[in-house]
Amino acid sequence: MKNTLRQVFHSGKFVAGFCIFAFILLMMIIYPLINPGNPLERIGVGTFAKPGTYVSLYDTVDTETETFKLADADDKRLAKILSDSDRVSMVEWLTQAEVDLTGVSMNDTEKLLDLWHANYDDSIRLKGMTKAQRNYYVRLNNSLNNASKADTLTVTDVDPDTNEVVEKTKIQKTDYVNVGDVANTKTLPLGTDNFGRDVLKELVSACGTSIMIGLIAGLVATFIGLLLGLLAGYLGGVADDIIMFITNIFTVIPSFVLLILISYSLGQDQRGATTVAIVIGLTSWVWTTRSVRSQVISLRNRDHVNLSKLSGHSLMRIIMTDILPYIASYVVMAFILQVSSGILAEAQLSLLGLGPKTTEVPTLGLMMNWAMLYSAHLNGSWWAYFPVILTIAGISFSMNLMNTGLDQVFNPTLRD
Amino acid sequence: MKGYRKYFTKKVIWFAITFVVALALNFILPRLMPADPVAAITGRLVSGSSDATAAAKVYEHYQEEFGTNKPMLEQFWIYIKNLFSGNMGTSFSQYPRSVNEIISSAIWWTICLQLPAIIVGWLIGNLLGALAAYIRKGFDKVLMPLSLFLSSIPAFGMAVILLVFFAVNLKVAPVSGAYGFDMIPNLSWKFIGSVISHYQLPFWSIVLISIGGQAVGMRSMSIYELNADYVKYARFLGIKDRKIVGYVFRNAMLPQVTGLALSIGTMIGGALVAEIIFSYPGLGSVMYSAVTAADYPLISATTLIITIMVLIVTFLLDLVYALIDPRVKAAQFD
Repeated sequence: MKNTLRQVFHSGKFVAGFCIFAFILLMMIIYPLINPGNPLERIGVGTFAKPGTYVSLYDTVDTETETFKLADADDKRLAKILSDSDRVSMVEWLTQAEVDLTGVSMNDTEKLLDLWHANYDDSIRLKGMTKAQRNYYVRLNNSLNNASKADTLTVTDVDPDTNEVVEKTKIQKTDYVNVGDVANTKTLPLGTDNFGRDVLKELVSACGTSIMIGLIAGLVATFIGLLLGLLAGYLGGVADDIIMFITNIFTVIPSFVLLILISYSLGQDQRGATTVAIVIGLTSWVWTTRSVRSQVISLRNRDHVNLSKLSGHSLMRIIMTDILPYIASYVVMAFILQVSSGILAEAQLSLLGLGPKTTEVPTLGLMMNWAMLYSAHLNGSWWAYFPVILTIAGISFSMNLMNTGLDQVFNPTLRD
Repeated sequence: MKGYRKYFTKKVIWFAITFVVALALNFILPRLMPADPVAAITGRLVSGSSDATAAAKVYEHYQEEFGTNKPMLEQFWIYIKNLFSGNMGTSFSQYPRSVNEIISSAIWWTICLQLPAIIVGWLIGNLLGALAAYIRKGFDKVLMPLSLFLSSIPAFGMAVILLVFFAVNLKVAPVSGAYGFDMIPNLSWKFIGSVISHYQLPFWSIVLISIGGQAVGMRSMSIYELNADYVKYARFLGIKDRKIVGYVFRNAMLPQVTGLALSIGTMIGGALVAEIIFSYPGLGSVMYSAVTAADYPLISATTLIITIMVLIVTFLLDLVYALIDPRVKAAQFD
């Protein structure tokens, strides 16, 4: 046993897979310690907040300021104000006014603004321009002028007694606050999802649930598969015929279809994460049965098994000591594959809308389902679905790697 | 040819039995569950109305329509009879369209998308796997982890990644559907062009996924065969390497055909979910809309059609397998 383990951990592929999986597991354990709380809590009111650090605007007003004179501050400010469509409109106006635009790129804010300030005049009437468009340019020009002119911004407050507007404070362009001094900041490394939940926190929790679903499904499938395979292979005869009859039928009927039928029939209220996991396990034992049976058949007539039989050992003991150790490696490999396909099956079911109940726990499939329902992939909210895909791929990749590594250890012909 | 006929008959009988079991499961599973599906449908239909007699009327009507008030065995006969006369009922969510109509318009999209994609992915994957086994060294070192990673990405994940990259960001492919939303299916060049451009992303997402899995399988099969005794013997005899490689890959191919037959169900399942991402009007999208609308007749018809599709493909692959591997036929003489 010790020797086998040492051999297994000498396989580069297995170790690589094991490390990836261990990293995912560690993240699942450590992250909730750093950032405790309910993963399903809705912290944002809007949908799909971008990843990054959010600073309370309200608190910054009262925070102590430092003055910095930074040379490129104005340019940066202007570049942020100017949206892409504004830039296009500016270039359009300049072209219509027959200004020479050679050598000026749209993203070169400084040059574009220089040209604009030099040439724009609201009295110029360009051909074919409606009044609304003219007004738009006037507004654009004003906002550009204000952004570069005004040096202070006045924050006012309403006095509750007199209903008078009183000046609260003045903010200079050169005022800066230290993010550490602001009372309320929130870092969302992966933003929020369509419900305004913290995606990273949800992802970590979903990852745990999905691995649990995979494990339960794998255990159920391996248990049934092992039991039926041992019975069919060792007993032979009628038991073998009956079991193989059922197995052959379920090999051809796609388990995906059975999964859909059962999940749909269960109904939304009955489908907890555990139920879904068991259903997945119940529909995916066929492979294990087949391989265990063929292994057992080749073992059944070996000398050491016959010797045990002659010594009068019980069926249980023969199976436990003379057969199981020889097929253990196959069973472990089958189990690993079952776990990763169980996770995938849950994700696919959830995408169809047949996954676990949505109110209790997040799963990777449910997160994907919600992201797709709210068109995260079309509105550019990559943080809502890409980490989920990456996590699913990472888990199955690590398991596939471990499996290939084990395969090479136990099947010497496959070794590099 | 005698062996082949025996094999063929045996296979036909097997698939007939499997088909009957699939039918029975499709019929029984939803009826075994504790919840009464008819009550659920009625509840949804009359929600908001307080008229109890109306609710009872609706319930009776649907009981009559589904025949749930009759004994189980009789229900099964009616179900089989309807099925063989080509009547799968009426859809709830897309009333008054019949389920037949919805399925027959969707099934061709699915077949034309998945069949070529799986075949192309299988061919490319096997070629790459065989090359990796033969060349080894650098090629294998890069290809092996890459295919392993590719095969780990779920089909819908690959669909989303391709969609976002090519359709949303680069805008070189359409975002959804199987043809331009402003078009009516006809046989003009414009329509065919639109179909082809909508076809690319779903097609390649399935191909990429199947390449990975097949390459990994073919690689280990080829390595296994390359180390077999007959190869060593052939080398001792001085047979040319090129000729040996030909034999080796023919032998390594065989388990890959069975592998395809056995995994086709899983592959189709994954690809059906990927259809939803592209809103491709195939069976996957039909199933999705049926599930969201709790359209029971449509769900059971889709699952049945998918089962039948998988059964037919597996059956054909089994026949092909016997044709290319003489050992299968020989086994029939024992």
